[in-house]
Amino acid sequence: MGDFQIKVQPKVYDAVIVGSGAGGGMAAYILANAGLKVALLEAGPMYDPAKNVTQMKWPWESPRRGASTKYRGFGDFDAAYGSWQLEGEPYTKQAGTEWDWYRARMVGGRTNHWGRISLRFGPKDFKRKSIDGLGEDWPIGYEDIKPFYDRIDKLIGIFGTNEGLENDPDGIFLPPPRPRLHELMIKKGAHSAGVPVIPSRLSILTQPINKQRGTCFHCNQCNRGCQVYADFSSSSVLVKPAIETGNVDLFINAMAREVLTNKEGLASGVSYVSKDDLQEYQVKGRTVILAASTCETSRLMLNSKSPRHQNGLGNSSNVVGKYLHDSTGASMSGMLPQLLGRKRYNEDGVGGAHIYSPWWLDNKKLDFPRGYHIEYWGGMGMPAYGFGFGMENRNGKYLVNGKKKEAGGYGASLKEDYRYFYGTSVGLAGRGEAIPLESNYCEIDPNEVDKYGIPVLKFNVKWSDNEIRQAKHMKETFREIMHEMGAVITSGDDGPENNYGLEAPGKIIHEAGTARMGNDPKKSALNKWNQAHDCKNLFVMDGAAFVSQADKNITWTILALAMRASEHIISEMKMRNL
Amino acid sequence: MALTAISSGVLLDACRPGDKKAILEKAANGDPSITIDRTADEVVMEKKLAADKFFTEHEMATIAVLSNIIIPADGVSGSATDAKVPDFIEFIVKDRPDNQVPMRGGLRWLDLQAANRYGKTFKDCNQQQQIALVDEIAYPEKAKPEMKQGVAFFNRMRNLTATGFYTSEIGIKDLEYMGNRPNQWNGVPDDVLKQYGVSYSEKEIKECVQYT
Repeated sequence: MGDFQIKVQPKVYDAVIVGSGAGGGMAAYILANAGLKVALLEAGPMYDPAKNVTQMKWPWESPRRGASTKYRGFGDFDAAYGSWQLEGEPYTKQAGTEWDWYRARMVGGRTNHWGRISLRFGPKDFKRKSIDGLGEDWPIGYEDIKPFYDRIDKLIGIFGTNEGLENDPDGIFLPPPRPRLHELMIKKGAHSAGVPVIPSRLSILTQPINKQRGTCFHCNQCNRGCQVYADFSSSSVLVKPAIETGNVDLFINAMAREVLTNKEGLASGVSYVSKDDLQEYQVKGRTVILAASTCETSRLMLNSKSPRHQNGLGNSSNVVGKYLHDSTGASMSGMLPQLLGRKRYNEDGVGGAHIYSPWWLDNKKLDFPRGYHIEYWGGMGMPAYGFGFGMENRNGKYLVNGKKKEAGGYGASLKEDYRYFYGTSVGLAGRGEAIPLESNYCEIDPNEVDKYGIPVLKFNVKWSDNEIRQAKHMKETFREIMHEMGAVITSGDDGPENNYGLEAPGKIIHEAGTARMGNDPKKSALNKWNQAHDCKNLFVMDGAAFVSQADKNITWTILALAMRASEHIISEMKMRNL
Repeated sequence: MALTAISSGVLLDACRPGDKKAILEKAANGDPSITIDRTADEVVMEKKLAADKFFTEHEMATIAVLSNIIIPADGVSGSATDAKVPDFIEFIVKDRPDNQVPMRGGLRWLDLQAANRYGKTFKDCNQQQQIALVDEIAYPEKAKPEMKQGVAFFNRMRNLTATGFYTSEIGIKDLEYMGNRPNQWNGVPDDVLKQYGVSYSEKEIKECVQYT
């Protein structure tokens, strides 16, 4: 390398945003529409689901028939560019601890992949410490965030039903799709097991909401991205219209290195390395908004050391990186013998299940705190890599068109079996709330850097008995539902030998908590406006700001908090406080 | 929420054929053989995989014979080789290299069995001899202990053949998968509801979206 020069972008922005996922996309959308000048930094390439198409493709258009690769961890047709490991961008783990970190590098981030499950937190979810003495209360309550949930329901679009449930608040919903056949069977079985089932709440448009976006045409492929923008991705629903205001400069392939600060300790911009030319750049702004994903955001804060912020930026409390927690997850698969040899019809439906079970029990009668919701799957999906695997474990166990067969086999008889068993599978997965612990954290690894020379994260996370007991309860519930619906369990019938199939932390990709908000600057990194206690023009608008994450997928709350915090920035700027 | 009706015009609008073509051309990244979105890294990976070769001609010929024993043409659909399953298997062992040793070794194991019994490689045996050998490894629960390695190989071969076949155009038609096309989901057909003795609740009928 010859000259090593840092290039400073000439324009000074009102806000420099790191990350274009749910939080960063919403911040860009709100600020740009208010007329502020925004620099939006994204570590990956441009992505637009109308142009970068894997939707409505057939399995044979992928030579690996949709199997995963190191570049697409969720399969060859998945929209997201990313996986559990990224080349040249390692992370490390303390021996004896677990963490799996999924990262997507692209405009829209992980919102291009997710299940569109869009659940509001309920009143109890903000005040858990007051209820069970564990963790911490949020500095805000449901009443503070409700108006923003309402606006997001209308702005982005969501289907569901108002059920009047205390901790699963009603919303402004489009009509949901009717359940599929296996979902009607699940509903019946779950009711017999005492588990409620209600329509899913997914950010998918079952009716038109504006002229920019189309309506769902029921291909069941939201994870591939939608060409007509009928589901929520930050790329299509927030970043695209934000750019169209003319107020956003999008910097793609820009890997943030650190937040720059001035002598007073205020944020002055962000330094980044361009993945295109490997040159070093700086972009300056009046405010800096971090929304790079929970762990990446805390990595940036911890790597941004200066004389005024020797412990990392916004970290005088020493909580940055701590209280890292993911949803608990455990699942069970089975098959429904009554569906053997079923009639064919198109049951693709919307992406994901048409039904789910919100948490329904009282912890006072249970041996673990907090709850979980249940997600379901099954039916006649499009075949992909893995279709037909393990037939030798199935076709000897059931009469096929009335005939007893020897397990395994080949030939015309085997072809009959694949047809006969098609569309009989069913599955359940629990997604629950873990207790955020100070002892679960990520920190800067003192010994390792990534290929850009940026110090990497080292994780130190362990489940506690609370989460393991929750997984045990999930499995007991799943067995009962399977039994009541007449299903045969085929996998996931786990016991204490593997913590009841509890997934490693990180695996559910709902990580949160590493720069939590709070009223006490000694015990929190941010105030109730997602604003750093130590640095008034630094904001964190992703899952890092969460105090706890409820038994709800966190995207809708990231969006609501980002909208609220962005409008706070606008009003603080108007009052010349920023 | 009230019963909702939406015109099918919305659906047609959602799937404009002219746009589809333009989208396809863009997705190809300049390579007409690639019809799905690929990043620059992926294009490099796909080209390298396509240029590599793993199986020998003899191995490929043996895979063709075996895959057609597993998935022959029948009254409903064509055979594994009609659906180009051997090409898929060649690709997938390059893409998922864990398959390479068990596949190469399994084919060799099979040839040795054939040579010891019939003095020929498996693919050169007559059909009766091939089937006699396959019968000893195709049924895991009744196979003799000394044939277990062959059973493991045949299970893998059956898995890869089935996946390759049922993800092909021929296989998807065979299964009668009806989706992956624009649709308006109005619920389970009435005759199917009746067949399984299930029905929609009044609440669902009232709340759920219906398209006309």
